[in-house]
This record gives sequence, structure tokens and C-alpha cells, in this order.
Amino acid sequence: MKLKYFSAPYLVWMVVFIVVPLIMIVYFAFTTDNGSFTMKYISDVGQYANIFVRSIWLSLIATAICLVIAYPVAFILSRMDKHKQGTMLMIVMLPMWMNFLLRTYAWMTILGNNGIINHILNIMGFESVRLINTSGAVVLGMVYNYLPFMILPLYSVMEKIDKSLFEAADDLGCSPVSTLFRVVIPLSMPGITSGITMVFVPAISTFIISRMLGGGSNLLIGDLIEMQFLGNAYNPHLGAAISLVLMVIILVIMTVMNQFDPDEQVLM
Amino acid sequence: MENIINLKDIVVEFEDGEKILKNINLDIKDKEFVTFLGPSGCGKTTTLRIIAGFLEPTSGDVFFDGQRINGLPPHKRNINTVFQRYALFPHLNVYENIAFGLRVKKVPEKEIVSRVGEMLEMVNLMGFEKRSVNRLSGGQQQRVAIARALVNHPKVLLLDEPLGALDLKLRKEMQIELRKIQQELELTFVYVTHDQEEALTMSDSIVVMNNGYIQQIGSPTDIYNEPVNAFVADFIGESNIINGSMPKDCVVEFTGKRFECVDKGFSPNEAVDVVIRPEDVRIIPAEKAQLTGRVESVVFKGVHYEMCVDGVDNKWIIHSTKACPVGSMVGMTVDPDDIHIMKKSEDNAL
Amino acid sequence: MKKLGKIYLILVLLFLYVPIFVLIVFSFNETKSRSVFSGFTLDWYRRLFHNKIIISSLVNTIIIAVAASIVSTVLGTLAAIGIHHMRKVPKAVVMNITNMPIINPEIVTGVSLMLLFVFFAARMNLEFGFVTLIIAHITFNVPYVILNVMPKFNQMNPHIFEAAQDLGCSPVQAFRKVVLPEIMPGVVSGFLMSFTYSLDDFVVSYFTSGSTSQTLPITIYSMTRRKVSPEINALSTLIFIAVVIVLIVKNALENKAARKNASYKEGL
Repeated sequence: MKLKYFSAPYLVWMVVFIVVPLIMIVYFAFTTDNGSFTMKYISDVGQYANIFVRSIWLSLIATAICLVIAYPVAFILSRMDKHKQGTMLMIVMLPMWMNFLLRTYAWMTILGNNGIINHILNIMGFESVRLINTSGAVVLGMVYNYLPFMILPLYSVMEKIDKSLFEAADDLGCSPVSTLFRVVIPLSMPGITSGITMVFVPAISTFIISRMLGGGSNLLIGDLIEMQFLGNAYNPHLGAAISLVLMVIILVIMTVMNQFDPDEQVLM
Repeated sequence: MENIINLKDIVVEFEDGEKILKNINLDIKDKEFVTFLGPSGCGKTTTLRIIAGFLEPTSGDVFFDGQRINGLPPHKRNINTVFQRYALFPHLNVYENIAFGLRVKKVPEKEIVSRVGEMLEMVNLMGFEKRSVNRLSGGQQQRVAIARALVNHPKVLLLDEPLGALDLKLRKEMQIELRKIQQELELTFVYVTHDQEEALTMSDSIVVMNNGYIQQIGSPTDIYNEPVNAFVADFIGESNIINGSMPKDCVVEFTGKRFECVDKGFSPNEAVDVVIRPEDVRIIPAEKAQLTGRVESVVFKGVHYEMCVDGVDNKWIIHSTKACPVGSMVGMTVDPDDIHIMKKSEDNAL
Repeated sequence: MKKLGKIYLILVLLFLYVPIFVLIVFSFNETKSRSVFSGFTLDWYRRLFHNKIIISSLVNTIIIAVAASIVSTVLGTLAAIGIHHMRKVPKAVVMNITNMPIINPEIVTGVSLMLLFVFFAARMNLEFGFVTLIIAHITFNVPYVILNVMPKFNQMNPHIFEAAQDLGCSPVQAFRKVVLPEIMPGVVSGFLMSFTYSLDDFVVSYFTSGSTSQTLPITIYSMTRRKVSPEINALSTLIFIAVVIVLIVKNALENKAARKNASYKEGL
């Protein structure tokens, strides 16, 4: 009996629902309604260069902030007593289990013009500040939603670093700072790269966070795509073209990231 | 004694064209302890898997008790295997692991209890019935693996490097125990190992393999004393192997000098391998010797010293109870019947 | 240094939890204000339970999650068996395609499936709704099942399948008696992961649902788009409580298993 044939049903599924849809994206991006080849839609994507730049820029900032916040968290977690680590990790990851719409909604109510922060400012005698519908709010929303995606891979790599390595570095004359740069960071590189991917990819393609916290003035690539498929601007060809460009951008960035990663890519 | 297993012209070729077994002919006698010995990749495990039924030979026939069993699936063969690294079922406890084969065959519960009990007694694991196999030491896991196979009363037990994962002391104990079990139960054991010492201690007969060929079949003493070629000589214990030639019968020439020996039947001036065991080289004063060299190193090995002597043309390994100082010149001599002459070995099959 | 770490961790946890607690607190607020707590009420909960749209979308979500995760588990487990027994190159190809839905931005998976479904809808009698949602959910779930089951095969002693046959099992018996128990933990965690992702999914569902079969996240989204209603806060509170209970139970079970393991090791 050939065990490899057990995968046949899945292989069919995979071709029909993973491969074919992706081919359709490519097909739609390069054809007009009557099926003839065109570069029109791909070149039309150029009109939205500002949105692409904004998306990349905001998600890069959010990724960087996540890395800076998450790195110490992961390190502290990984050096805790073993039996505390599990519980602490659960507490850190728990908000991620809430639907991200609700998490984003929470910030909507906090940052809103009538929200808590402005209310406190008013009580203290300050003017209200426009917090919501700014690009800062969008970045905040990204950081808040995706921070756990950065902590988790970093933690799982650091947890495996043997404690004796720190002692060895100490023994060989490393100060805590040089231990960080010579031992911890190089060893946690796979975690850093996969953390960056896991934050950057959803951040650059989001359309909820920008819509809920960014108002109409902070459109991202995700919003653009959504508008072509479900919005008033219905144009699946342009939407497919934008999706394709987005995929290429992500592919390029991930290839660059993998250059820093000596091992194969770490998923989850 | 009758043959229980015959392998006839067995060839195994993988899909990529690599030949693992090139032409294996082998008879295994009933109630015999046979060891397949050879370096990794020599084909010994492949041969075992053919007997077990996990692998079909590309060509050739397998006979069990006189009947051709090609194509018979493993579960229909009256042969059981002790796997490398045991392959115990992690989700079952000791008792259930041993009872596994009987349960599959739907043996009555009462009989299972008594047969498993017997086995536990034999392998000294009474009281461990309920223990998870993950909580056993290596030696205990090994015993469970043996009991699990033997409880089915196979005619032949195949053992694939079963002691490889154990430490030296435990390995020695298990070697003796396995031999005892084999003799008590009067079973055929086919044992695979790359450890020549293990093979020499346990076996009735040894099959030395290399490169998919059988190099030599014989009793441990035969194989040690009368290796048929340089590969066997080198693999079974250490040997000095020197290029030489045979000017005529009973005379061999190497390192430019002639020596008396006992071998004959080579064509005049045929190039040969001269094999000399390290313990057969005797140290004598340099001025009286045909062979001389400078001592390069001396290592104490417990029973003897191992010396490396640089004899210009080639280096000698010598085992001696006396040590010579490093750097000194020594003479060496070898008795004629300790000089073994062999045909040049290049995959020479039997 | 230790103290500094603790303070830092507490600050990060505050950042993660304050928004959720603000949501919870205002779910008990008498008025619709998001900044002033004027008095305690359970009114929003009462309204939530009488909100037919929410209840029916919750039911939809559960039906879809159950159906999708069961199918994914079966399909994925069979696939893992097959893929494990494939040769190196086909295995690498299949695994790379399998990773696609995980690596690709959700929005791309969503719109690509939408394109496929539109294509089918135009040619066959396919309507956007339960069927498309379940297909979409299976598509993004199966890879997680495969990724959970595959490592179990790799950890498994490859000889136990042969050992069972050697002891008299036919290949089918051998699979049922020894292989299945070994991979079961991976199958279960794959199922749970699928179920969770299905419950939580918004983006892919958003592009593949019809107007008739909304899932809970889609309903939440449309609620946040409309007027502010503390019903969302009430819903968040309930979801949060559910998540906490599930995680505490999960943690307790894991601790119990870990303790059992630890005592095994002592037993040696």
C-alpha cells in the first residue's frame, strides 16, 4: 500500500483552492474584462504609489516599535523560573485571543474625540487633542494588535539559549552589554527575523486598523484592495494587480530578511 | 543441521540505480547464531530487512524452511525482529508492548497472561508490567524489545544492531544474556552488527560483508585466523597490510626483502597483500633484524602497549607487553606462519 | 536589574490590558458615554442577548467553525501521512504551497478565493454563503493541521510501523494500533487550532461570505461601523471571560501533564 496516496484528497484541494486562486490573481492582473492581455492595471498601480509608501512606512515603524518593546519582554520571560514562564507567557498572549476587531475597537473608544484620554486632558484643563484618525493612531493599532506576534517567536528562540552561555560569556570577559550584542542577539536572530515577518506582513496588508483608527485620510494598501473588490470602486482587475504587487513586495522583504537568518525560516 | 533460510542470488537496486546488494548467496542453518558483520552501508541491514519482509529484492529468491517466501508480507512470516533503537510502542506499557503480537493474533487472554509472564521472567522484568516504556533505562527497553519479539515463538529472531545504544558494560552483559537465550530456546538468531568484537564473542558463524558483497563466511576462529582478503583481515582486528609479491611458493617479498611464509599457489611474482597481526610482530635488537624502524609513539592499552614504528617504506602497528622508548631504533621479526598472503582485494566477491 | 525587568513587564502588560479593561468597565455604564462612568447597569447585556443578529451570527460562526475544523482535521491528517511518505522534491513542493495561506497576507487569500467563487458562481449554481465560507475556512485551516501533525511523524520512531507488522499486524492494523496513537496529540492540537482560527477569522470571511450568512466577527465589524453601542463592550466582556476560562483550563491541563512527566523522570 502506498501511503503517499493518502494525500491525494488534499492535493486536489490544494490545487483548486490555493494554487488556482493565486493563478487567478495573476490572470486578472494582466487581463481586461474580455480576456485580452494588458499591462494597464499593473501600471495603474503606480498611481497609488503614495499609498504604498505610506503602508510600507507605517508598518515598518510599527514593526520596529514592536521589536523594541518585545525584545526585552521575551528576554525577561525566557529567564524566569521554568514553572512561571508558562503562566506568564499565557498572560502576555491572552489579549491576542480576543478578536482583533474588538481590540481595535477598544482603542477607538480610548482615542476618540470624546474618549477617555481627551476627557482626562479636559479635566486637567488642557484642550482636546486629535488622536484618532491620525497616522499615529494607525501605528499604535498595529503595535497593539501585533505585539504578541513579535514576542512569541523571540521568546521561543531565547528560551532555548542555555543559561551557561551567559556564564561562559561572563567568564570570558563580556560585560552585560557585550553579552547582549555578542551572544544574545546573534542567537536570537531566527526569532527576530520571523517576528519581523509575522508583524510586518499583517501590518502592511491590514485594512481594518486603518479604517477604524485612521479615518479616511490614512488609506493603506489593504483598503485599496478591499475597495476594488467590495467597495464602490469595484474593479477586480485593478484589485488583483494591487494584490500581486503587494505579494511581490512581501516576497522581496522576506527574501531580504532570510539573508539575515542562517537557518531556515522559523514559522510560529 | 538443516537450513532454515536460503538467499539465492539476491540483488537489491534502488530506484536511483544504486546497488545495495550485488549478489548475495547465503544459507543459514537452523538453531544457529549468525552474525552479519561489516561497516555501515555494506548491506547487512538490507539483507536483514529482506529476510524480515520489509524489503523485496530486485531479483533473487528468499527461502524459509524450504519454501519460497518472496512477496509474503512481514506479518505473515514466522520471523520476528528486534529493531535498532527498539521501536517500542510509546503509548503502551511494558506488559502491553510484550502482549502486542499475541493480541493481534487474538490469542486467548489466559494464554497471553502466561506467555507474557514467562517472557518477563526470562528478561528479568517482573514487577515492571505497568511501567511506561518511556520510563525504562536503555537496557530495560532492550529487554522489552527482545521479549516482545520472542513471545510470538518465532523460528528466527532478527536483531538489528540491538546493543548499539548501550554502554560498554551493559553491552557485554547483554551479549552473554542473548547468547544464553538463544541456546536455551534453541532458536536461529540473525544478528547485525558493525562491532567485530561482538561478532566474535557471540556467533556460531559470521558473515563478513562489504560493498554489497559477502566477503567471507565462517566461524569466528576461521575468520580471525584465516581471513580471505585484506578487507576481512583489517576489519576483524587491526592488521598491518603491506604491498608485496610472491616470487615463488612459500616466499614473499615486501619492503624490498624476502621472507619465508607458508602460502602457495600464486602465480610467479603476483602482487599480493601481506597481512600481519600487530601481536605477531616481535621486537628484537635492531642489528639482528631484517626489518627495522624508529618508534614513533607508545600507548599503554591495559594488557599491552601499542607502538607505532616507522619503517621507512611503511608504518607498523605492534602490540607488545614491553615498551620501547620513543625515538629508539628497533628490529622486528615475524614467524613464517604469521605472515598471511592474500590476493589483492577489490570488491572480490565469493 | 531584576526589579527593572519587573517594572518593564508590568508596563507592557498595562499597555496590553488597559484597553480591554476600559472596554469591560464601560460595558456596565448606564449611558453611551465612552469617557464618563455615570452609573452601573446590566442593560447592555440584556440587549445583547435579545439581539437576533448577534445570536444568529454566533450560531453561524460555531457551525462553520465545527464543520471547517472537522473537515480540515481529516483532510490535513491524511495529507500529513501522505506528505511524510513522499520523496524529497515533491514533499518540498507540496510543503511550500501548503505554507502559502500562512505566509500570504489574509487579504490576498480572501480576495483570491473570492475571485474563484465569483468564477464558479457565474458558471455553476454556487451562492456566497455557508458553502463558500466553509470552503474558505478549510483552505486556511488545513495547513495548520498539517503543520501540527507532520512533526509527530518526524518525532516518531520510524520503525514502530514495521515493528507492528513484524508482530503480526497488517499494514492497516499497524497504522490504527501504533501510528494513530502517536500522531493523535498533533491531530488534536491541529483541530483546536483550526477551530480557534475559524471562530476568530474576519478578513477571509469578509470576502467570502454572502449577505445572508454573517459570522460573528463580520457582525462585530458592521457594529463598529455604525453608531457606538456599548453592546459591543458587553460582547467583548463575555468573549474575554470565555477566553480566560478556556486558557486557565488549558494551562491547568498542561501543568498536570507536565507534572506527570516530571514525576516520570524522577522515577528513573
